[in-house]
This record gives sequence, structure tokens and C-alpha cells, in this order.
Amino acid sequence: MASIHIDGLTKVYPGGVTAIDGLDLTIEDGSFFALLGPSGCGKTTLLRTIAGLEAVSAGTIHIAERDVTVLPPGDRNVAMVFQDYALFPHMSVNENIAYPLRIKKTGRSERTLKATETGTALGLEALMERRPAELSGGQQQRVALARAMACQPSVFLLDEPLSNLDARLRLEARSFLKRLQRELGVTTVFVTHDQSEALAMADQIAVMEKGRIRQLGTPSEIFRSPSNTFVANFIGSTPMNLLPGVLRGGTLRVGSASVGREAAGELAAWSAGAVDSGEVTVAFRPEYARVDGDGPLRFTGTVETLENLGASVLVTVRTGDDQRVQAVVPEGEEVDVGAGVHVAPVPGRILVYDARGELLRP
Amino acid sequence: MSAATIDAAGLGRRRAMLLVAPALILITAFLVIPALWTVYLGVTDYRLTGIQAANPQFVGLDNYRAALVDPAFRNALWLTLVFVFGSAIVGQTGAGFALAWTLRSVPKIVRTVVQTLVLLAWILPSSIVAFLWVAYLSRDDGTLNAILHTGGTDWLLAHPMLSIIVFNTWRGTAFSMLLFSAALGAVPPSQLEAARLSGAGTFAQLRDVVVPHIRGHVLTNTLLISLWTFNDFSPYLLTAGGPNHASEVLPVFIYNEALYGGQLGYGSAISFIMLFINLVIALFYVRLLRERR
Amino acid sequence: MTPRTVLRRLALTAFLSIATAFWALPLLWLVTAPFDRRPGLTVSWPDWTLENFQRLAENPYAFSSLKNSVILAGGSMIGVTILAALAAYSLSRVRIPGRNALLYGLLLLSSIVTGTAAMVPIFQLMFSLNLIDDRSGVILVFIGGLLPAAIFILKDFMDATPKSYEESARVFGASSMQVLRHVMLPIVRPGLATIAVWTLVNVWSDFLISYILLRDPAKIPAGVVMYTFYSEGGQANLPLISAFSLVYALPVVALYLFVNRRYGFRFHGGIKS
Repeated sequence: MASIHIDGLTKVYPGGVTAIDGLDLTIEDGSFFALLGPSGCGKTTLLRTIAGLEAVSAGTIHIAERDVTVLPPGDRNVAMVFQDYALFPHMSVNENIAYPLRIKKTGRSERTLKATETGTALGLEALMERRPAELSGGQQQRVALARAMACQPSVFLLDEPLSNLDARLRLEARSFLKRLQRELGVTTVFVTHDQSEALAMADQIAVMEKGRIRQLGTPSEIFRSPSNTFVANFIGSTPMNLLPGVLRGGTLRVGSASVGREAAGELAAWSAGAVDSGEVTVAFRPEYARVDGDGPLRFTGTVETLENLGASVLVTVRTGDDQRVQAVVPEGEEVDVGAGVHVAPVPGRILVYDARGELLRP
Repeated sequence: MSAATIDAAGLGRRRAMLLVAPALILITAFLVIPALWTVYLGVTDYRLTGIQAANPQFVGLDNYRAALVDPAFRNALWLTLVFVFGSAIVGQTGAGFALAWTLRSVPKIVRTVVQTLVLLAWILPSSIVAFLWVAYLSRDDGTLNAILHTGGTDWLLAHPMLSIIVFNTWRGTAFSMLLFSAALGAVPPSQLEAARLSGAGTFAQLRDVVVPHIRGHVLTNTLLISLWTFNDFSPYLLTAGGPNHASEVLPVFIYNEALYGGQLGYGSAISFIMLFINLVIALFYVRLLRERR
Repeated sequence: MTPRTVLRRLALTAFLSIATAFWALPLLWLVTAPFDRRPGLTVSWPDWTLENFQRLAENPYAFSSLKNSVILAGGSMIGVTILAALAAYSLSRVRIPGRNALLYGLLLLSSIVTGTAAMVPIFQLMFSLNLIDDRSGVILVFIGGLLPAAIFILKDFMDATPKSYEESARVFGASSMQVLRHVMLPIVRPGLATIAVWTLVNVWSDFLISYILLRDPAKIPAGVVMYTFYSEGGQANLPLISAFSLVYALPVVALYLFVNRRYGFRFHGGIKS
């Protein structure tokens, strides 16, 4: 069992591109940790440096209190599951799972036995003699996991573990991975660009942008109070409402709507903190906005479009100040296009970011 | 091995170079050095036997000067051009394209039979096919004379150039056929159908749809088969350059001069001219290959 | 059918009939003569017999030349395959400085320094190294000449193999030689088979290099013996030549059928196979 400490890690590619920029991070022992971010943010590079597949330009990596910064991948006691699973096409499932043991010079009969054991634990017992090409995507993933488990590593690294599965399987695999991680209790780091995956599976999430961590926290912290506009924008299945506003003398103005600090009361985080921040960005999630509801901040406008999301409907309202505000209403309660409506965020769910895009905290 | 190795194989530069080294040494020994040696030998009066064999003298560009005025060399160069033009550019390209084009629309069994025959001509060892043609063209009881009722015609003596041109067309068409088949297979059928729907005949389809698509392949094919034909030694197996130098293409000329006649210096000068012509053709080809990547 | 399509059909049939005859006629002798009791140069329905093969078995040069061909082709195949695999692996995976220039330089070199253009210096080189009439020397010449194209072909196969296979093995602790043996080579087996067969066929069919470098009748391969059988003066020994041609041709045809069935016919930078 092992925790991971990363200190001042920098990775500059020969071409001069900085993939990771002075990054510090601690991953607790036994946690299920997500590296989340858009493509090119450095999340995969970070995972690969932990594995030892990329050399670091500066900084150190410790796994289980041991400095592994310059150790080759095979000496770090980590196992990695690749995005394409990298199952060797010329070996059977059994041989694939037994491969790490073959490298460790375990005897043939012993490793076959161990591989069968691990395969059985993952429900692969009927497939042990097949070739990877004869397996479904979900089965291939299980084989890759079994192979990673077979070498009993202290850390699992998963690169985009769900991206090669189709949508239905992805939900199944999500629960499966979460259950498996809990049972094994091994520190697991996975990379994803899909915020819903990270929210659903991880205990801790690091949201990355341009080689840096923009926010580190539990899924609910990250969902509830994104600490900057980048994270606010990135998290959530419908895009966050982000509106320009002004905060002066304790009063927040957004277009023609305004709310005083008294009216916001203890429900808005910003109200207890800054008073004269000037230009700010006001943010709230469409899920926490009510159509024709009442609240301290109220926008008036006409319904522009309706998008059916299945169990709910996304309503886009164009306000008198030519802003667009979105709200999610339960299916069956939608209004008509062109109707005049009020939209109000639920108290306590209004976030205010200063001019640099950082969250104003109480 | 340190984590500083960034390649997927974990080799590192030094070991990678170590793995490339044996191959490079052999290539250097048997391709690079011979090429350079050609340059050196070409400026000496080196001979296989006699006094110049022990102590070759530097003669500068004399060999090249001698070559340029040597009627036998000019004859060989001219015959080589005729050979390349007739058998590769006209014969193999033409027959290869015609076969590729017609075989698209015939039953599979016909296609398999024709393709197999053409391929057999290409893959069989050259000394076998050479003898097959010697027998086929033979004066007294050759099959060709029997079919054409031209008994008594000695094709290899009476028409040596025509014989080796037809022979090489027969021998090498397979490559053009395969290349053009692949190229034609990549022409989108929808475009051909569109042309046909607007009333284009075979010729118009070829001109407007097929040729623009396969232009690159035609160029590749022409360069490669020209290079191969230019360096083809099999005419030697049919006519040995005769009768009286009438089919002595450059490769045969070099063999006769240098290895049979023993004039290594002069033969090397001719070899160098050949290497140079090869270089020009190959440079075009490699550029083409790089552009496509 | 309109008259025009009828005409087109006729033209097509005529062309393909002529083409079939053109390619088939010279080949027919190879099928009929070996089984004819009294083979002539004309193709005719054979008076069936296997006697010719018996005469072949009695000829001392026939057997030894085939054995020599096997040695030359086999040795070259092993050398080319191993050296090309090692070189292609390095060149595919490691950014050796000047890698691309090297590769294209090699390809260029191998297409210009042909056996024909370089026969004088190659003869000269082998003569000074005292390797005339030495089969291993000839094998080295073949390996050197065939390697560039073989490396090029094999590198294509390796480039097409995802790097995650090797990285995965390395995370499990495999050394780079283990990665090569366990993962890379088995995955590029079709590529190895391609260059192995290509080398075999090339060397087996060769005439010129063996003709200039091997003189001892006990060492010359089948390609050269075939030529001496029919070019040396006197009445050509047709029963012997016909049977020998067939035996000498069969391995090439078999290999072609094998490759064609197993992998289909493919092009790699226009390399002749």
C-alpha cells in the first residue's frame, strides 16, 4: 500500500512544450484519484511520469516514501492499464495475465495457476484460452485489469479506462471499477477527460489545465464550489451560467438585476467576504435555477429554445440585457418558446468570481 | 537503464545504435565501399591480368574520355535506352495497365488464371525463364515458329533487340499489373458511376476519372521499372550481347568488357556512369516516396 | 445487348485470349517436357515418364547446386531477418540523430548500387578479401545488398505497432530485449515472414552475383548450373534440363503460393518480391 508524493514536477518535451509545470500533489494511500482535464492539459503525461514512461525535467516523485524519480518503470511496483489495454495479441488471456509473473521468473505452472485465480476473480474463467481479439471491449478491459492485478502492485495507473467502451458498457464498468478498487484497497490513479466519470468514480479529483492543478478536492467540493471559472466551466453536464457583474458596496449587480448583501443573507458565500470587488463573474448551475421562481437575484426575459434532456428540459432564456441564462426544469413543467419568464438561482448556489476568475470565499 | 530513456522500447540511444551497427557495417562493406571503389577504379588503368593488375596507374578521366568516343559504349547506351523504352515504359506499363483495367470486369476464375500466369513469369528464376525463351524462340523446333509457321527463323539472331524487349515485357509486366490493380481499386466507384451516368465512354472515364487518381502510381511505376530494366542482366542469358554486339545493353557490356575482357578500370568507369544514371532515377523516386508520407 | 457492348465484349475477350497465350506459351514447356520420354524444344503432349527425374538424381552437379542454393538462400535469409529486425526495432523506436536521412540514404543506396552496376567493384572487393569461391562471402554480399530494403519494410511493420504494447511490458519490468523477444517480434511476424520469403526468393533466383563470385563447380548454385547446362557447347541435354528446371522452380512457386494465401500480395515502397 502506498501514497504518492509529487514535488515541483516539471516536464518539458524536447520540442520546448511544457506539459507539466512545477506541480505538487499528494495522493493518499488507498484513494481512488482522478486526474481530470481537457486534452493537452498534461494529465496523461503526469500519469506516465508516475509510471516512469516519461523522464521528468525537474522535481521528484515518491511512491510509498521511496524516491522513484529516476527508477525505470519496472522497478516502481506500479501497474498500468493503457487506454487501448495493450493486450498482447499473440498471447491467450491466461498468458497475458501471467505475463508480469513471467517477467518475475515465476515457474510456468505457478503462474498459470495464479493467472487463473486472478482471472476467475474477475469473471474471466471461461475465456482463459481465448485470444484478445476474440473478446468484447468489456472483457478486454477485465483482462487488462487482471494482468495489472497479477503483479500485485502498490499503485494502479489507469489511462482513460472507459474511453474504449460503448456508452452502455461504460456505466457498468464505472460501478465495476469502483467496487473493485474498494475491495482491493490499492491506491489508484486514473486519467479522464470526462467530468462525469471523475465525479462518479473518484474519492479525490485534481482538475488540470496547462500543466497545473487548478483545483484539488472531493467530487462534491468540486461540483459545489469550483474555485475558479475554468473549473466552473469544465465541471457539470450542462454548461454553467457565467454572467458579468459588478460588486460594489456590498451590492451585486448583474445587468438590471441586483441583490444586496442583506437580501442574500447567509445563503451566498460571497456576502460574508469581499464588499468592493468591482468587476466580477456571477455563476450558477442551470440545475439550480428555477423558472418563474423567486430569489434574491432574478432575471427577466423570454424563452428562446428548449432542449429535451430526457427526464428534464434545458430552457434558454434571453434577458432584457441580451444575456443568455439557462435553467433545467423537470420534464412536463416546460414553458413555451417565446413566453416571458423570470429565472432565479437557488439561494446559496450563487458563486462569485473576481476579475482574475478566482472564487470569492467567505 | 535510467528513467531518462524516453523511447517506448526503453533502449536508449547508445544501445539502439549498437543494434543498428551490424546491419550498417554489412551495408557499408557491400554497398557503400563498392560504390566508392567504382569511383577509384574508374580513374585507373586497372586490369584483371598483366602488368597493370599489379601496379595500376592513375589515368584521370581517360577512361571516361575513352568511353565517350568508344562506339561500342555508345552502341550499348543506345541499345539500353531502346530496351528500357520498349520493354519497360511501353511494354510493361502498357500491358500492365491494360491487364489491370480489363481484369476488373471478368469472372474471378479468368482473373486468377491470367494473374497467376503473369506472376509466374515474374517470380521464376531468371536462368529458367531465359532457357524457356531460348527453347520457345529456337530456330528449328521452337514453339513460336511452329505456331506462326515461320520455320527456320532464328529470332535471337535475326531480331535480337526485339526478342529481348518482348522477353522483358513478358517477364516484368506483373509488377505494373499489380500496382495498377491496387491503384484502380482505390478509384472511388461512385466517381466512375457518375461519369458513366453523364454518358462518358471508356476513354472519357479513363481521362477524366482514372488518370487524375493514378497519376502518382504511374510515375512510381515508371521510375521503378525503368530502374530495374536499366539494371537487368537477363538479356545476357538469352543473347550474351550478340550477335556481334547487336543486343549488348550496358550491364552486358560491362560484364563483357570488365570481367570477361579483364579491363577493370574501363569497366568501372562505365559502372560509374551507370551508378550515376541510377542515382538520378532513384532520387526522383525517393522524393516521390517522401512526399507521399 | 447493344451492338456496342457486343463489340466491347469481343475486344475484351480477344485481348485476354492473346494475353493468356502470350504468357502461357513459353511456360508450357516447363510443365510438359520434364515428363516427356523424349523431350524436344517444341511443346507437345508428353509421352509420360518420370525417367528424366531419375537422370537428374544421377547428375552430380544437379544435386550439389541445389544444396548450394539452399545454403546461400538460407544463410542470407537468416542474416537479413535477424539484422533487419534489430536495426528496424531501434530505428522505429529510438530517435537516433539523423534517422530519417539514414533510412532514405540506405534505400537510395540499395536501389542504385545494384548487382549489375557494382559487379566490377564487388568482384574486385571479394577478390582482394580472398572471398572468391567462398559461399559465406557470397552470403555476406547478398545480406549487405538486401538489408536496406528489408529494414525499410520491417520498420513499416514496427511503426504500425502501438507503443503501448512495449510500454505495458516495461511497466511490468521487462527489459528492452525481453520486450523485443516477447512482444515486438511475435507481433510483427507477418513482416518477418515477408522479408524472409523475399530474401529467399531473391537469392534462390539470383544468377549474376553467384556467376561472378563462384567458379568452383562444386560450389555454384542452381541458377548458374542451369545456365551452364544449356550454354555449354554440344547438344543440350534436354531430359536433364527440363527436370532440373522444374525442381529448381518449384520452391519459388510454393513460396509464392504460401505468401499469397497467408498474407496476400502487398507492396512496400515498390520492393520486388
